Amino acid sequence: MSGAVEQVRAGEREARVRPDAAPLLEAVGITKIFGALKANDGIDLAIRPGEIHALLGENGAGKSTLVKILYGALQPTAGEIRWNGEPVRIASPAAARRLGIGMVFQHFSLFDALTVAENIALAVPPRESRAALAAEIETVSAEYGLPLNPRSIVADLSVGERQRVEIVRCLLQKPRLIIMDEPTSVLTPQEANDLFSTLDVLVAGGVSVLYISHRLEEVKQICHHATILRHGKVVGECDPQKETAARLASLMVGADIRALSGEHRSLPDAPVRLAVTDLSLPPPHPFAVALDHVGLELRAGEILGIAGVAGNGQDELFGAISGERRSERSDAVTIDGRPCGTRGITARRRLGAAFVPEERLGHGAVPRMRLSENVVLTRHATDGTLRRSGVIDRLSSRGIVDRVTKLFDVRKGTPDPEATALSGGNLQKFVVGREIDRKPGILVVCQPTWGVDAGAAAVIRQALIDLARSGSAILVISQDLDEILELSDRIAVISKGRLSEPRPTAELTREEIGLMMGGVGEGGHAH
Amino acid sequence: MGAAEAILLTVVTAAVPLLLAAIGELVVERSGVLNLGVEGMMIMGAAGGFAAATLSGSPYIGIFGGLAAGIVMAALFAFVTLFLVANQVASGLALSLLGLGLSGIIGEPFVGTPGTKLPALAVPVLSDIPLVGKVLFAQDILVYAAAAITFGVWWFLYRTRGGLIVRAVGDNHGSAHALGYPVIRVRLLAILFGGACAGLAGAYLSLAYTPLWIENMTAGRGWIALALVVFASWLPARVVVGALLFGAVSILQFHAQAMGLGIPSQFLSSLPYLVTILVLVLISSNRSVLRVNTPASLGRPFVPDR
Repeated sequence: MSGAVEQVRAGEREARVRPDAAPLLEAVGITKIFGALKANDGIDLAIRPGEIHALLGENGAGKSTLVKILYGALQPTAGEIRWNGEPVRIASPAAARRLGIGMVFQHFSLFDALTVAENIALAVPPRESRAALAAEIETVSAEYGLPLNPRSIVADLSVGERQRVEIVRCLLQKPRLIIMDEPTSVLTPQEANDLFSTLDVLVAGGVSVLYISHRLEEVKQICHHATILRHGKVVGECDPQKETAARLASLMVGADIRALSGEHRSLPDAPVRLAVTDLSLPPPHPFAVALDHVGLELRAGEILGIAGVAGNGQDELFGAISGERRSERSDAVTIDGRPCGTRGITARRRLGAAFVPEERLGHGAVPRMRLSENVVLTRHATDGTLRRSGVIDRLSSRGIVDRVTKLFDVRKGTPDPEATALSGGNLQKFVVGREIDRKPGILVVCQPTWGVDAGAAAVIRQALIDLARSGSAILVISQDLDEILELSDRIAVISKGRLSEPRPTAELTREEIGLMMGGVGEGGHAH
Repeated sequence: MGAAEAILLTVVTAAVPLLLAAIGELVVERSGVLNLGVEGMMIMGAAGGFAAATLSGSPYIGIFGGLAAGIVMAALFAFVTLFLVANQVASGLALSLLGLGLSGIIGEPFVGTPGTKLPALAVPVLSDIPLVGKVLFAQDILVYAAAAITFGVWWFLYRTRGGLIVRAVGDNHGSAHALGYPVIRVRLLAILFGGACAGLAGAYLSLAYTPLWIENMTAGRGWIALALVVFASWLPARVVVGALLFGAVSILQFHAQAMGLGIPSQFLSSLPYLVTILVLVLISSNRSVLRVNTPASLGRPFVPDR
């Protein structure tokens, strides 16, 4: 991570002091057992009024389970929850809301086909009239700096706007405690800053926030206190402002995370392996984005990162490069100099390309097929060992599964389960690993580390870097700016279906990229 | 009565059973359930309605008979798909076959029995308006009911909290459940409402359209009603337009024959189905129209996790 990044983030807020008050919510000895797995093991947690309390931990550390228990979606096997010192039983999410606990979900629980006002109406007790509710929405959105048009259809909104709907919906219930599950994972840096301002207003009014995040820098910036979970147990509590990010990370993981090896490189003379030239495609459906004269050149040995807020044409660009959507012109996409714009995905794979789509279940893997069968699906055309006189060689496909399993530490119950049986993070490791294992000349990957924990993310990123160093060209499309900055040699930003000119990572600041992601200016505007 | 008025009258009577069945199915699908058993519920409504009317001597009692038969069939579908989580498509197809068979048994004693037609209720003054007076204001009670139900469905779906909940459940049952709405109960009520409407549509056929019991007298109208819902892209107002259009096409054959046009009658009687296929192809080719209003959870079974 570059020094410029630190500069933008630090120094905007004064030091936070944890309020000295009796806890609003206290969890004592919370234990939850699923079959043989102890997801939560005697967890103690105390949230004081008016504080932002961070809950940190790796995937599978038990954060989601704990949060579901606090929100009434799960019942603890043992332990007690106290609200203002009184023991309570939170039987359902509705009961949690009645107590004054609100939740903003990581994957938004909104209704796409309904308007903003309708979405909010569904979550709050009936109001006198629609007008009364609309007025209330406007008051709250003005008060907390969350601009919204109540009449917009949710499907048309950006991710940041959707999150605003969730937050306003939560605020209208007048909560005393708001649980936020990775709220910034899909936001631009500017949108995240707006969110932090909203949180400032909230805690100033005495509301508490339980803040779940992987992003240690932002936890350091906005949280008063942190509780760290590992393997279902509390392993530490601290004031995150006084700790380094590295120390927080090692508390979470229980070991030091190894730093990535590899500098950002500049390769102006390397041969172009993937070229997209003046590619325009109309939107495939009304909620999609048109690609507008997109062009890029990807050179051997380099990693090109494409940053952007979700829904700005990433899926459409991926589809056009992978061949899921063909273009009219053959030379719109060329792989190693061979035009293939009109050819399908298998033809492009034969030319040496590999693709990892964003949605792992249903797009990257067939849910009800075994991992070995999923291996055959993407590699049958390029891997001769998978077939013997036209018949699938199961030994060979299982061998690939074993190799990927070992290399990327895919955790699964049986040697060759159905894809749907894997947890999200493990399936992600498998889907990415399956393609990297092929050693493709060109790899196009969306959200390579979506939903995987810091340790596994480091393994995947290192594998991508190593693949590039061996001469492959890699295109990374991600909404995670940290990831883009860490991996890429050059960075371009996609906004409303248009791709900016790629620029060397070293020349760019996080703020510049953020502005471009928000659609402000092209290239040097932010200087 | 002029020729134009006569044609309009027959178009309306042909449209009413389609409208009733389709508007009920629209509510079912808006709640996220695909019930392909409309044909079966409708034919049971026709048989039940005719039996009740003949046994009691009152066509109005017959209406309740049709209503009840449709609801019983729908309840069976709801039990199988909501509580046993059976596949909706397979269950719906089975319901259609079951209805066709069962109605034959119920109707058996009534084959050849003359029925009593629902009387027309003329609204004074208004029914004297030239051309449209008789068409709109001198109809039987089921025609008025169809209009009222259609308006009611629109009002309910877009103007009430209950309707908002139905649409929410159909759009994203996971979120609706997370917000504390009873997904299964909402869908149960929607399915029963759909059954009641299909039952009424059937009763209209055997009590007003042709006051007789004839086996398989729905003759595929339930399937056309299903197509109509897609045709209307799940919007009540478009169901009315579609029902009139499909009604007009199915009536055309009789008028064409009466006028002595040299078109084979088999071709004309297959016209409604050809039009249905054509319209479905045209609509499906324009995915953007479909996607905006299609209930996103349509046909997906809901199982709450524990």
